Amino acid sequence: MKNEWPLWEVFIRGQHGLSHRHVGSLHAPDAETAIRNARDVYTRRNEGVSIWVAEAAHIAASTPGDKGPYYDPSQSKVYRHPTFFDIPDEVGSM
Amino acid sequence: MYAQMIKTARAGIKTRDEMSDLERDFQDKIDRDIKIEPRDWMPDDYRATLIRQIGQHAHSEVVGQLPEGNWITRAPTLERKAILLAKVQDEAGHGLYLYSAAETLGESRDELTRLLHEGKMKYSSIFNYPTLNWADMGAVGWLVDGAAIVNQVALQRTSYGPYARAMVRICKEESFHARQGYHAMMKMAFGTPEQKAMAQSALDRLWFPSIMMFGPSDAESTHSEQSMAWKIKVKSNDELRQQYIDQTVPQIEYLGLDLPDPSLKWNEETGHYDYGEPDWSEFFDVIKGNGPCNVDRLRNRVKAWEDGAWVRDGLMAHARKKAAAKVAAQ
Repeated sequence: MKNEWPLWEVFIRGQHGLSHRHVGSLHAPDAETAIRNARDVYTRRNEGVSIWVAEAAHIAASTPGDKGPYYDPSQSKVYRHPTFFDIPDEVGSM
Repeated sequence: MYAQMIKTARAGIKTRDEMSDLERDFQDKIDRDIKIEPRDWMPDDYRATLIRQIGQHAHSEVVGQLPEGNWITRAPTLERKAILLAKVQDEAGHGLYLYSAAETLGESRDELTRLLHEGKMKYSSIFNYPTLNWADMGAVGWLVDGAAIVNQVALQRTSYGPYARAMVRICKEESFHARQGYHAMMKMAFGTPEQKAMAQSALDRLWFPSIMMFGPSDAESTHSEQSMAWKIKVKSNDELRQQYIDQTVPQIEYLGLDLPDPSLKWNEETGHYDYGEPDWSEFFDVIKGNGPCNVDRLRNRVKAWEDGAWVRDGLMAHARKKAAAKVAAQ
């Protein structure tokens, strides 16, 4: 049986209330060890206060080929941005 | 550098007309500084060259722990010992970031380890030199990590996304390495005459091996052209070496040490320091495996890997058993 430890992706939440962010990956035999190792590797300099790990094999991702059909349509919908609407200065900040 | 003499997997550069549509789109992205990501299409040779370069870079970080590990038990104070431990631990982390980047290209960690242990992949020539006195710890941090920073700062702009991101993280940590090394050198250079002599000896021995880290001169570096076109390499060996020498000479002068090379002179005309050519036959000899410590380093790596096998296998067996028990309980 292949004995290489599985790969885990590591997500850390920093001190200031932001979401967990992907910081890297590591190999570990199980989730518990992955979290412990992530602490040693990715939080040695106060980088975070919370760790998530997910086995890399379980992450589903969009494919590079989807880029056009997925994201191009949003470029023509400028009205989704607040700056699309001119509001007169007299109205005040909005 | 940490990756030296990387053979580009292809000889010569294709012209636009010789490229397929996919290759042309790929080169366009590179030219527009759009990062290549793991699942993007890439030429096989780009992938192979990157695996070689990132793999060698990773091996260098890991093997680089050995010359410093040599001094952990003999550090002169508890504080220096804690600092050295932290630095060596960082190197293990750097190895991890880089192996992870290589893995996104489809090469497994165990496979890279196997290639290193069988002598089919290399690590930086610098780690085949011994660390003979305590001042060497200062000099390694200052000179070797200093050289690594020059290279790695440039590589933050490399075209492969995961490699560039690993470099950003590594550079942040590496600056602690260089500074703690210089700090240790100051203590020695400004200490007793004996301490100063140790500092001078460390500088004299490590100077040429450090400037050799950047690899042979551009004129002789046959593999650079394609790597530069693909932006795997961002600056040439000579450019990086000159930048390193220019920033390091004033630091030597501040320590009050003698310059390790009599040819080191400020050149008003070029605005750079002139320097003496290292002995490149020594470099090629070390790369070939005949440096002072090649045999030791590899033997220690292989031993650590083999001695740790029962732990890796035991933890994996335990994890499988636990997972099976969990399924059975459901």
